[in-house]
Amino acid sequence: MKKTWKIILTMSVVSTLVGCSGSSSEVVKVYNWGDYIDENTNRMFEEETGIKVIYEVFPTNEEMYAKVAHGNAAYDILIPSDYMIEKMINEERLSKIDVTQISNYIFIDDEFKNLVYDPNNEYSVAYSWGTMGIVYNSSLISDQIDEWADMWDPKYENQIFMYDSERDSIMVALKKLGYSMNTRDEKELALAKKELIEQKKLILAYVGDEGKGKMINGEAAMMLAWAGDAEVMMAENPDLKYILPKEGTNYFVDAMVIPKNCENYDNAIKYIDFMCRPEIAAQNMAYIGYSTPSSAARELLPKEMKNSDVAYPDLTGVSLEMFNDPSDIVETYSRIWTEVKAASK
Amino acid sequence: MSKRKYLITPYALWSIIFVIVPLFLLIIYSFTTTKDGKTVLSLESYMKFFDPLYVEVLLRSFRLAFITTIVCLVTAYPLAMILSSKEFSNKTIILILIILPMWMNSLMRTYAWMILLENKGIINNILSFFGLPTKQFLYDEGAIIFGMIYNFFPFMVLPIYNSISKIDISLIEASHDLGANKFTTFRKVIFPLSLPGVITGLIMVFMPSLTTFMITRLLGGGQVILIGNMIEEQFTRTNNWGFGSALSMILMAIILMSIIFFSKNESLDSGGLI
Amino acid sequence: MNKIKKIYLWIIMIILYSPILVLIVFSFNSSKSTSWQEFTFKWYIQLFENPSIQSAFSYTLIVGFVSAIISTIIGLMAALTIIKLRGIKRRLIMALTYIPLLSPDIVIGISLMMLYSTLNIPFGLITLILSHITFNTPYVILSIMPRLMQLNPNVYEAALDLGATPVYAFKKIILPDILPGVLTGAFIAFTLSIDDFVVSFFNTASGVNTLSIQIYSMARRGVSPEINAISTLIFLTIVTILTVTNIRASRKAKLEGYFY
Repeated sequence: MKKTWKIILTMSVVSTLVGCSGSSSEVVKVYNWGDYIDENTNRMFEEETGIKVIYEVFPTNEEMYAKVAHGNAAYDILIPSDYMIEKMINEERLSKIDVTQISNYIFIDDEFKNLVYDPNNEYSVAYSWGTMGIVYNSSLISDQIDEWADMWDPKYENQIFMYDSERDSIMVALKKLGYSMNTRDEKELALAKKELIEQKKLILAYVGDEGKGKMINGEAAMMLAWAGDAEVMMAENPDLKYILPKEGTNYFVDAMVIPKNCENYDNAIKYIDFMCRPEIAAQNMAYIGYSTPSSAARELLPKEMKNSDVAYPDLTGVSLEMFNDPSDIVETYSRIWTEVKAASK
Repeated sequence: MSKRKYLITPYALWSIIFVIVPLFLLIIYSFTTTKDGKTVLSLESYMKFFDPLYVEVLLRSFRLAFITTIVCLVTAYPLAMILSSKEFSNKTIILILIILPMWMNSLMRTYAWMILLENKGIINNILSFFGLPTKQFLYDEGAIIFGMIYNFFPFMVLPIYNSISKIDISLIEASHDLGANKFTTFRKVIFPLSLPGVITGLIMVFMPSLTTFMITRLLGGGQVILIGNMIEEQFTRTNNWGFGSALSMILMAIILMSIIFFSKNESLDSGGLI
Repeated sequence: MNKIKKIYLWIIMIILYSPILVLIVFSFNSSKSTSWQEFTFKWYIQLFENPSIQSAFSYTLIVGFVSAIISTIIGLMAALTIIKLRGIKRRLIMALTYIPLLSPDIVIGISLMMLYSTLNIPFGLITLILSHITFNTPYVILSIMPRLMQLNPNVYEAALDLGATPVYAFKKIILPDILPGVLTGAFIAFTLSIDDFVVSFFNTASGVNTLSIQIYSMARRGVSPEINAISTLIFLTIVTILTVTNIRASRKAKLEGYFY
């Protein structure tokens, strides 16, 4: 027994030392969503450049922000979503990226440059993107589902999963009412709240990640979902369908950015360049199942992914919007959501 | 004997650095608010709490934690008594047997419960296979309470078991010899002697179950909001650390004040823990 | 043991272990989701090719063991003193002990993060262990106190009167008696440590990940069954060790039975 403790203690001391000495050789510290990369690509990067990838993961944009903004942990690359990038640019937390140093930047499609969150394309390089829509089970629903209003149809009482996220749920209510999802108008937001409280009677649950498994098992008939998740669900249950509601919806872009306090800027640039290389981008997207912002990478994807109309939908006639920096509205959103949650069923 | 007092020094120092100092940071946050990008002193966060909406959330959290604790006590006590009987001699194995399920990650265990309890889950499938009516187990307060009981159950069993197994058998025999029946022996001998363990169990279940947030979301179908969820939300999504800290301080103040109030009561003081 | 007791015991064990069984079964499911597809070993194979889960696993164990041992020592020492305290002093120190129990994880996590940032302590294994000791120690103290209270102080005093040194008397008289409480405290500390996500998340960096951080961060895309696989392996290892030691112990008991 004593020996075991000794070994454990020695191991911990050794690994602490290793952890500290890591900063002297060439490294790049990457902070990404959990399971949001094919980790083999990190190893390929290490082999090719000799730069060690110190890789850490976060579960939500907000938790990433709390840690990066208030702790003194320094990362070289972050991969947050659009609105979070906008917030961090506004707060001057990001350093500019010199895209001329990124030879593979030409492979990123023009639609994913100069977006609202980074209008002059100075701070970010797109990594993945996707839309939000409704996944429904055609064996449980015979009618055509094509609008957000279907999620308010009393026919589907106890058959609906909403997303347990104030932003996404309020977005749906606002879109259903025909407003912009970025509205700051109190009357419009009050109406959206009323819609959500009314909808609560029909809802089976507000779900997160666990909703996917439940939809595959037929626990509910429809659910608010991201395209990448929809793809995963449809692969396992062919009865499931994904649609973009005709009132319009939200789309997101996750992009690579370099925080101001980064310690290895040059290595970060090399890493971004590597990740933009079509073969690498394709390998990553094939693993995570979201959509790539690079047509060249899309060409290299397996056939069924390349031609998927869930991942790459026909966007003509669909009004897409992106979230703006929510800093000024989070309080209101939080209040609305608490009221919705506290409302009796 | 006075030397023994120094033994507390490491804990005292540790608590000052890692508990008191962060607590002060929290108190400072709770008295500040951001106005036009500037941080100013204010009572706003505390005022904000006195809103029927938030008070109701707090009351609901207390109610659920209270039910959880009581059910844990009532179910754990008999188990602890069974385990302390002579048939189970190897104490370490019992300890590990009770705590082993908790070594699987709690998120994974909660996911497993969902697979079991869903409307189309394993238990309902078994019920319908035998032609029995199915039932909706998830998505309400009952499911949250069940999840909390499951999660905190070992924290109730183990201290009670430790206390009961320490009781001198001769005391119980003496009680029998003096003509007391089983129930009287339990009421007059066993239960009072196990009280320190019971109180530890009550504390270790009630306090953490007040602030859980993951079980609420997963088993409750996100339909119920508890104080733990609210505080978590203030620190992450809403980024209002002032309000989050204030909520946390209010919760702490209520409990610590009621403990100090109740511990004036001598009969409870015999537990010695409070 | 009568029947009712046996049934009760079985019901509790079934409830405690049924989710574990589900977790094990789904480690052999070919699909990533919670619907059963077909039997496979692929997650076990992938597990052995996944360095980040392996390193997270060893960090989890290191943090769990080290923080459990240190908090047990600190907690035991503190409990020995607390038991002697009376009145307001005792109440204050107990109130201090309850603070971490009453703080939501996010509050502990963020306030410790602010502390380390202010003190300029680099985030990594050290901060992780320090944080875990902080939320573990109160549980250790609470576990030890009941046994200490049941202790007969006269025996210890008698030993001292008979010339035993305090350390010797503690080792021979007090420790054996409170050992179940100490062990319980250590086990609870280890359990809390390996399960913690929130506090760990905010107080680590430099590539030091725990299994919990990995698991929670996977939530966006669905927790990989590799986690089920590693949980199954851990579970089966412990059960094997338990069975072996149990068989040995009962054999030894039988042998002793022959001799005496």
